[in-house]
Amino acid sequence: MSTRSLFIIWGLLLLSFILMPLFITSNRWIGFLEMTFFVAVMGQSWNILGGYGGQYSFGHALFFGTAAYIQAIMQQKFGWSPWIAMWFAVAGTVLVASFVGYLSFRYGLKGSYFALITLAFAEAFHVLARSLDSITEGGRGIQLLLNQDPDKAISAFQFNFAGPFLSSYGFYYTILIAMVLVFAVTWLVEHSRFGAQLVAVRENEEAAEALGINTFRTKMGAILLSAAITSFAGIYYVQKYLFVEPGIAYGLSKSVEALFAPIIGGLGTVIGPLLGSFFIHGVGEITKDFIGHYVGDRPGVDLILFGVILLLVLAHMPRGLAGLLSDVWKRVAGGRNA
Amino acid sequence: MEFLGITLNFYSWQTIFGSAISGVFLGSIYALVALGLTLIYGVLHIINFAHGALLMLSMYAVFFLWHIFGIDPYVALLIVVPGGYIFGYGLQRSIIGKISHGRDEIVLLVTLGVSIVIENVSLFSFSATERSVRVPYDLDGIDLGVTYVVYPELAALGASLLITLLLWLFIDKTDTGKAIRAVAKERQGAQLMGINVEHIFAVSFGIGTACVAAAACLLVPTYPVHPQIGYLFVLIAFTVVVLGGMGSFIGALVGGFLIGITEQLGRLFLGESLGVITISVIFILVLLFRPTGLFGQRLS
Amino acid sequence: MLSASLISKSFGGLAAVSDASLDVPEGKIVSLVGPNGAGKTTLFALISGFLKPDTGSVTFNNEDITGQRPFMICRQGIVRTFQVVQPFTGLSVRENIAVGSHTRIAKRSEALLKAEEVAALVGMEDLLDRPASDLTIAGRKRLELARALATGPTLMLLDEVMAGLNATEVHEIVDVVLKIRDSGITILLIEHVMQAVMSLSDHTYVLNEGKMIAGGKPKEVMRDPKVVEAYLGHGAAERMAALEKKTNA
Repeated sequence: MSTRSLFIIWGLLLLSFILMPLFITSNRWIGFLEMTFFVAVMGQSWNILGGYGGQYSFGHALFFGTAAYIQAIMQQKFGWSPWIAMWFAVAGTVLVASFVGYLSFRYGLKGSYFALITLAFAEAFHVLARSLDSITEGGRGIQLLLNQDPDKAISAFQFNFAGPFLSSYGFYYTILIAMVLVFAVTWLVEHSRFGAQLVAVRENEEAAEALGINTFRTKMGAILLSAAITSFAGIYYVQKYLFVEPGIAYGLSKSVEALFAPIIGGLGTVIGPLLGSFFIHGVGEITKDFIGHYVGDRPGVDLILFGVILLLVLAHMPRGLAGLLSDVWKRVAGGRNA
Repeated sequence: MEFLGITLNFYSWQTIFGSAISGVFLGSIYALVALGLTLIYGVLHIINFAHGALLMLSMYAVFFLWHIFGIDPYVALLIVVPGGYIFGYGLQRSIIGKISHGRDEIVLLVTLGVSIVIENVSLFSFSATERSVRVPYDLDGIDLGVTYVVYPELAALGASLLITLLLWLFIDKTDTGKAIRAVAKERQGAQLMGINVEHIFAVSFGIGTACVAAAACLLVPTYPVHPQIGYLFVLIAFTVVVLGGMGSFIGALVGGFLIGITEQLGRLFLGESLGVITISVIFILVLLFRPTGLFGQRLS
Repeated sequence: MLSASLISKSFGGLAAVSDASLDVPEGKIVSLVGPNGAGKTTLFALISGFLKPDTGSVTFNNEDITGQRPFMICRQGIVRTFQVVQPFTGLSVRENIAVGSHTRIAKRSEALLKAEEVAALVGMEDLLDRPASDLTIAGRKRLELARALATGPTLMLLDEVMAGLNATEVHEIVDVVLKIRDSGITILLIEHVMQAVMSLSDHTYVLNEGKMIAGGKPKEVMRDPKVVEAYLGHGAAERMAALEKKTNA
């Protein structure tokens, strides 16, 4: 697919997302898109380390949770503005990532071992969040003060009680902007020397070293960038839901959420996480409607389907939805040229 | 002594000793769960993420056998263990093995997918309500002075030792065991010798599942059953397996005891909540500094 | 240019390389030969930083590079290829070679351009957009060569770059290697294909069971009885001499 066609598609997508609120006023649909974009951001962060870098993390909740907690603690305990707190959230998360990355890569952990150590770190922080009561409020979690003053909506970064436009679309545009930035960064990485070296490390570490690539530095760069992006998701979550507790922050579900979208959508592609997120949430909505009709609101239904989809994708679509679409496009384009 | 909300406590030697003893019993439960996992790890070279889900499923099976048919959990062993073998064999042969196609990087994700499906099917079918099995003897036990041990815990300790022995005998003395060792050591070579590797993989997975089914029978008297219980054990099981060494039954046993003791002592000194961080810390340290574990690399 | 001095490496009591020394003068093609398992690839690994020698040193342009990390050694100008080719199978030929060019080039577009140039040099220009996984063994060997060449080296360590190739392919690669040498790059190669060794090298070293047993002009070295014995077994040299005497008589 030519770069020009790609840009046109991206442009159209972006335009439709920006203009969406003009045409769709349904809160449910806007909420659906918010969730989709949120998971797309989480997924893209995982994608950088896992898809492009080939290091599968099973503990991405570590980054999400740390950012969320720092964001919450700075506001709740120190009364700081969310716009200041977020810098600390990102910095703190990147610091944690540098620690984990240094240990993991310095000691040459790869594959399953790397996955396990990320899981172990996430679990360790989970325990810390539950135990360090004085800082994290332990199992009770941290509840942010709700801002009900519409004039302070932006400075408090809370849009629940803002003017008519922000109340409905404030978070929608926030996550959309974040997603655009993150995806742009990913595209830049893909077309940079760092990206080429990262992919080389994924394909064959030894060969990459022989070609002058500092594999340790490359992997560190990937995990730091990945953590920084994940922290955006953590910050967004805290501002939107005004609540964080150990299970939400560091639980396995966030880690799984992070890896689902890129695997299903297409590892190592820019659009993968978005495709994957749309697919998962779309299927989720349909399932909940459909099954809910028959069996009521029973938990776990959509997750069963996600698990099955994951297995099917792993079995038959190693390049995910993006790979599938790319193959279809080639077929169509090739047919036209014949 | 307080620090950041962590209370460091100091106790008498008896209390510490008592804690360590209870740690041994706790550890035997961990060992039971880990034994099957280390076999699978040793032969298929995969970290079976679905192991916890299989434990949970087995526990539900034991629960329903008791709830509907009134079968005592220990008697249920006769049903659940062979059932677990069959389920595990089928799971590996038809799903995990088929999907992974020999791609090692994918296997962890496949077992993750399987665990998600199993856990949520359970959640959907049984709901999140905790179920408990009450047996007449579950609170009776022996007073050791420094600590009180209930009969189910004693049974678990005995079972862990017995199963370790049985597994070791099986792997060492039987023909199938020899085939398993061959496949574990040198997959392609074994294939060239005419061993049906896929079958051996499935057998190993089946035995691993049977072990965890046995563990379920021994856990049910003391632990409540709910869809998340598998996940609680799975991380600890991974730690035990990596600490003990890939494919080592004695490693799973010793590793289990060590983790159990460390956890109990951790709980004692660092408090109920923070104490369990010792498990994650050990896991991280072992992965970094001794990934082959204490008894690593040999299937013994 | 490159000088390895008394390099030794043992693995668990087994000496893979013992007190091996060699010199590679600038601008020349030097070959390293010897029977299978002699330790040639190990020696390459020791020179290029993939293994640390137990004793001995490696000097490059009068600087000690012993035990440096492989990527550092590459950046200084020494690049190695692998006996068992290691293409980046998920990438295209162009992208593969570009990874090499990125060693010295930061801009993506420039690196890709350089990749095209290098591909043309080794005769792969029509394969640029094919996935590396599509290539035959000969193609992969050539890709390995191209990728290494793209890093802008001054010295190339080629490990059995002709293994598995038929006569025509060997001929083509020999031409490429000569072209590379003519462009000013020094080459140290491990080879089993004797025809190539003879026609390419200015100097030959023979390694047997980890020890350097001969070094000199290729034709002379191949006649050295020690070398004959290393390849053909004990007593072979005598038998060959006797046979020659008989034939000449």
